[in-house]
Amino acid sequence: MSMTNAAELSRLAERYPQVLERSLWQRYRIPFSIAILALYFVFCWWFFAVGKTISQANWGLAGNYLADWVSYEIRPEFQIAPDGTMQITYPRFDPIGHNPKPDWIDARKETVTRTLRDAAPAAQSTTPAAPKSSFSFLAPATPQADAATQAAPAAPKTVTEEVITRAHVTLGSAASIDLDGTNLVLTRGSETVSLTLDHVTNSVTLEGIRPDWIEQRTEGGRVIAYFGMAGWIDVTAERVRVRNRFLGWENFVFDTDSPFFDLTPLQVLHKITSEERIDPKMSNLALAWNNVLYNASWQHLDVWTKLLQTIVMAFMGTLLAMLVAFPLSFIAARNISRNRPMNQLTKRFFDFLRSVDMLIWALFFTRAFGPGPLAGISAIFFTDTGTLGKLYSEALENIDDRQREGVKSVGASPVAVQRFGVLPQVLPVFASQALYFWESNTRSATIIGAVGAGGIGLKLWEAMRTNSDWENVAYMVVLILLVVFIFDAISNSLRSRLMGKSRH
Amino acid sequence: MLLSTLQPLSEGGAAVERHWQELTAKRRLYTGLGLLILFLAVTGSVWFANETNSGKFFDRLPYLFDFIGELVPRDGWEIWRAMFDLPSPYDDGSLKYNYPEGRLYITQSFYIPEYFYKMLETINIALLSTVIGVIFGFCFAFLAARNMMPVVWVRWPVRRVMEVLRAFPEVVLAGFFLAILSLGAIPAIIAVSIHTIGALGKLFYEVIENADMRPDEGLRAVGANWFERVWFAITPQVMPNFLSYFLLRFEINVRASTIIGAVGGGGIGELLRLSISQGHEAKTLAIVLLLLTTVIAVDQFSASLRRKLVGEQAFQSVS
Repeated sequence: MSMTNAAELSRLAERYPQVLERSLWQRYRIPFSIAILALYFVFCWWFFAVGKTISQANWGLAGNYLADWVSYEIRPEFQIAPDGTMQITYPRFDPIGHNPKPDWIDARKETVTRTLRDAAPAAQSTTPAAPKSSFSFLAPATPQADAATQAAPAAPKTVTEEVITRAHVTLGSAASIDLDGTNLVLTRGSETVSLTLDHVTNSVTLEGIRPDWIEQRTEGGRVIAYFGMAGWIDVTAERVRVRNRFLGWENFVFDTDSPFFDLTPLQVLHKITSEERIDPKMSNLALAWNNVLYNASWQHLDVWTKLLQTIVMAFMGTLLAMLVAFPLSFIAARNISRNRPMNQLTKRFFDFLRSVDMLIWALFFTRAFGPGPLAGISAIFFTDTGTLGKLYSEALENIDDRQREGVKSVGASPVAVQRFGVLPQVLPVFASQALYFWESNTRSATIIGAVGAGGIGLKLWEAMRTNSDWENVAYMVVLILLVVFIFDAISNSLRSRLMGKSRH
Repeated sequence: MLLSTLQPLSEGGAAVERHWQELTAKRRLYTGLGLLILFLAVTGSVWFANETNSGKFFDRLPYLFDFIGELVPRDGWEIWRAMFDLPSPYDDGSLKYNYPEGRLYITQSFYIPEYFYKMLETINIALLSTVIGVIFGFCFAFLAARNMMPVVWVRWPVRRVMEVLRAFPEVVLAGFFLAILSLGAIPAIIAVSIHTIGALGKLFYEVIENADMRPDEGLRAVGANWFERVWFAITPQVMPNFLSYFLLRFEINVRASTIIGAVGGGGIGELLRLSISQGHEAKTLAIVLLLLTTVIAVDQFSASLRRKLVGEQAFQSVS
């Protein structure tokens, strides 16, 4: 190889300037593309009002929802009467059962005789509840006083009951609340904050400097204190709402109505095997299984049925599509049937099936069959017939002609030519494509489910709409991911067996 | 088999034939078993689908075309008026539907009709999320390809992450971000882009693994670092395929963003769901027509571009 010296190089450059001097586009295409991309992003920022949306977003919620995926809250509420006595109530479907006595609430109870200053129940109901809270916290006394004077002089009622006078609530390992009728001491780590509840003016006063984990929007108004993963509390003078957060999915197996609720696995086993029938109609094992299936908060049976629906939808839809697309693709392939108008007609039919979106087919069939898997099957069937038909006819057009000619040359009938000359070549491709679509439809069936075409999609969507069942969402997502991965593996192994390692 | 009936076979020949017949019997048995399993699966599935559906198949079949029947508007021009937001008396003479309120005015007199604007929004959602997906997918693909990233503990997690990204239901992502960001296009963009990263990443790294490694060897010989090898050896080879997949994905994402729109993610899908729930046939038809033409147009455009970029090869695999 001879060396090029500088003089020769410049001579070459003179002769072929286009080789060494690149065009403007060639030289600047990268900065140019980046600039276009940046401009496009700026445009989208404006078009979708990204800045505004993000500034309005409630990112605090995001953390809450995410925490909700893997944890649950117990929500006791301390109602504080004006004389400083308290009562604890729990929401109706509390995760710790009907008669909750959690060990993280240490309450001192006293039996006191007290006079209720409130009006009689009849008068109370004439005072609408709404104005009470919508009035400013600074001037709360007047409307109540008005109501009381209007509603006839109700006699003060004297009752003797057991009430809580002092409570200590532990949230997580580092936070605690100490509550007596008029004082609230919050501890988080080494910080301590004390709040005074004033029942006359109905206000909450914070003493000292406010740390950033405590939020108070208006002076004397409601106070919200966050304890991180351990939960948060919401304080007004009349009530203290505690949200204590625990990791895990509570009541996953048995719900609070079940006789097996809150037992260790061993106890459950013992109850199933060697105790008397709880329900005379069925054995304990059947009862336990029934309780699992109809678990009120997790709805296992429903979730599993819906998941099976999704699988069935993908399976039947793809199978039917394959069966219909198979003969049609022979008509559509130019080299198999020599009838041009028929080729074109079939191909345009495939295009039509494909281009009407799966969503529209799903809506159409949901109206026809009602919400359920039939609509989903039909929607997948229609769109996939279009896609598979197109792919199949293209595979047919790519076949090796020599095998067909060989079969034809020995005088075989047209059917035999297709059977022995064409099918062996394309069958692996056909099966592989169908498997691929089966697998990918298992994924997309979730999404058409959300518009009502059956399957787990709608269930997911409903769970998300309520904004509180994120742990159920997590459960369903885990199930879906599991199914998708299993089917992925099955379809991949079947496909590589059909086509050999190299071709998929 | 025919020959054996004509003349007796030798001992060896008979053994071969016996073996062959055994194999055939085995094969028939497997085929039969496979068909039986398939048959059972199909009957089971059909029964299950029919049982859990809210209406039974044969009961509902006569009503199949009711929806289309309902969609036929009493006045054919109603569809066009709905599509172009022209003020219109309803066919009973009242001004029941006030189309002009959805207009987007660009100047005093020039406006974009609502549905076209929403269609543009849907397309833009698809385009933006595809662009985001391509950018991230490009970066991930080089980390996941066996020939560019020999380190297993980088390749393996990247591949798993991409698998999760594409298997995670889009509805869930959209729902999650809808809860935080409230109704609008951004949840849809996030949901669709996350799926796109996973799907494109996989296609991309397969392309990279099939790339010719000689340019890479050359660059390695002159001491190029990893980024230079990626940029000068592999990227020029794979770019046409990447662009082709970009177009393919864009086409798929137009549909995906329509569906996400129908569950609250903005764009035309939301209007479609609203108009169906309001039972306004002319609006529904107008949107369906618009959607159809758009999807066909995008399909054709991207197909012709792809054909130019990489030829027929672009049509082999669809994701």
